[in-house]
Amino acid sequence: MMKRFFVIAFIISAFLAVNISSALAAETLRLITWSGYTPKVLLDKFEKETGIKVMPTNSSNEEMIAKLRATRGAGFDLAQPSQDRISSVQEKYNLYQPIDLSKVKTDQIIPSMLEAVKKNTMVNGKPHAVPFCWGSSGLVINRKFARDAQDYTDILNKKYAGRISYRLKRPTLLALAFAMGDDPFAKYGDINAYRALMEKVGQAMIEGKALVKNYWTNGDALLQSMRTEEVYLAMAWDKGGWKLHAENPEIDFFAPKSGALGWIDTFAIPAKSENVEGAYKWINFILRPENAAVFTNLDTTANCSKGANKFVDPAISGNFERSFPPAAIENIKWYPPVPAKLEEIEGKILDKVKAAK
Amino acid sequence: MKNQKRWGLFFFLSPVLLWLFLLIVLPHIDLLAMSFRIENDDGQMVWSLSNYLNFFEEPIYWLTFVRTAIFSILVTFLTFVIALPVAFYITKVVAPKFQGFLLVLLLLPFWVSELVRVYGWMILLRESGVINHFLIKLGLLNQPIEMLYKDATMILGLVYTSMLFMVVPITSVLDSLDNSLIEAAYDLGANMWTILFKIIIPHATPGIVSGSIVVFMLTLGNYLTPNLMGGKNSLWFTEQIYNQFIASFNWNQGSAFGFLLLVLSSIVVWLGLKLTRQNLRKVVQ
Repeated sequence: MMKRFFVIAFIISAFLAVNISSALAAETLRLITWSGYTPKVLLDKFEKETGIKVMPTNSSNEEMIAKLRATRGAGFDLAQPSQDRISSVQEKYNLYQPIDLSKVKTDQIIPSMLEAVKKNTMVNGKPHAVPFCWGSSGLVINRKFARDAQDYTDILNKKYAGRISYRLKRPTLLALAFAMGDDPFAKYGDINAYRALMEKVGQAMIEGKALVKNYWTNGDALLQSMRTEEVYLAMAWDKGGWKLHAENPEIDFFAPKSGALGWIDTFAIPAKSENVEGAYKWINFILRPENAAVFTNLDTTANCSKGANKFVDPAISGNFERSFPPAAIENIKWYPPVPAKLEEIEGKILDKVKAAK
Repeated sequence: MKNQKRWGLFFFLSPVLLWLFLLIVLPHIDLLAMSFRIENDDGQMVWSLSNYLNFFEEPIYWLTFVRTAIFSILVTFLTFVIALPVAFYITKVVAPKFQGFLLVLLLLPFWVSELVRVYGWMILLRESGVINHFLIKLGLLNQPIEMLYKDATMILGLVYTSMLFMVVPITSVLDSLDNSLIEAAYDLGANMWTILFKIIIPHATPGIVSGSIVVFMLTLGNYLTPNLMGGKNSLWFTEQIYNQFIASFNWNQGSAFGFLLLVLSSIVVWLGLKLTRQNLRKVVQ
């Protein structure tokens, strides 16, 4: 008697669990993205328009790849990796499905950016992503204390000892390599030359380690230490610098002499996405000029939507004009696709820097 | 009837067994297999021991491990030194009706997550933080000093996080210590230190050892506190595992490190048990 009861109860609960989860999946879009990319107003508007509820997970490039790799491309319906981190992992682990450009309203996207992303994410003759927004890494400087900082090399400058902060991540290595007069992107194809260059940069970072206050890992924590004037000079993203500029005009984002490092974040559809139609709907929705402008006004990150500029707040577009005179735009170093194996070299050097005394 | 009983036992045990097997044993087998594979120059996966050899050949890896282990032992010892008087006070000195209240006070910080507690310490200790502010107001300092991002602050944070796990087992063993033993020792002219080393510590050893094992393992496996409070020099072994998985995409190396951490920490615990002449069964009771 008891036994039958248990069996029935078990079967019923198993059925319920399956039904409930599939019912939820039908109306949701699981989006793995960056913080700030999914403003609440837009999520609400999208749900009203299409009935699809977006469930964002904030992440980073490395975590996105690790998460999708663990499930072989399942668990999320849409992802937003940077364009340079797609083709090599796609070749190796097959995380994404090709993007069907006939389902994307491509006339909403700035053509040059669409072409660049298509070319850089081309695997087996098919593009795997479309652009969403772009920005750059450079220097955030408090001019009250660091009047004449010019280039990435200043993060190793004794003049600012104890007031410097940067990330222990690959952009820092690349930036310092550029500032030392080399071109790391040109050496992407030659592993040995690249390793030698990175070792040189790593050595310089170890020598300059005493000057660093801390290696920041969290954007908000960095903004806090710049706000309290504990840090004068940081290598960081443009949007952080612009946020601080709105609070304190002495602080601003500067494109360094050897060039800001430009990235483009994209939309790519994971291989086992359960809501491909919803994914295309979200892509077309958020790239609509008036929606993309809402995102840019809130996050200060520039978007890739054609015609969004006329909806962007003058204060926000002013940021861009202030930090990027025409020569600085010409000088932006856009990340080319990262070949496999480079991350391992970089990882080891960064570990060495962190472990050094 | 008997058959039905066995069936019932199996039914109630199955969630535990499934949990253990599906969520702990299976992934570990997968990780173990992964740790013995490497990618050769042609991009093929082949069996190899080189992930483990890397650990011993590359000084930064094993130095990080030694550093992590030494700091964890130090943290365990400091936690013990602080926790013993606290536990003694709670069990023997304070009026019984306040005991529960004091234990709840100890528990209270654990109602918020570790992240929040660590950020709390950061607000207190940072250069523009609360402590510096008061020291300057009081005229003890002329200009703020940076207290964060040092090994000492990291140890402070780790000790704070693990206090409770030492106090609770020691309180429970001290509860069974007969007060008359201490009184008798005083009557016979023993001083405080003799009582501490001859009566209290020997009696409390099982609790101390079990508390130490928990604190040691928690500290060794901690990721947040060393990362946030330790600043630029604090490469912790768990962070290295994270880096292998996330930044270098080298899951094979990462799993080898994970298993090395498991084996090496088990050896440290085993040595600790041998040195204190305790056995695991007595300690975990």
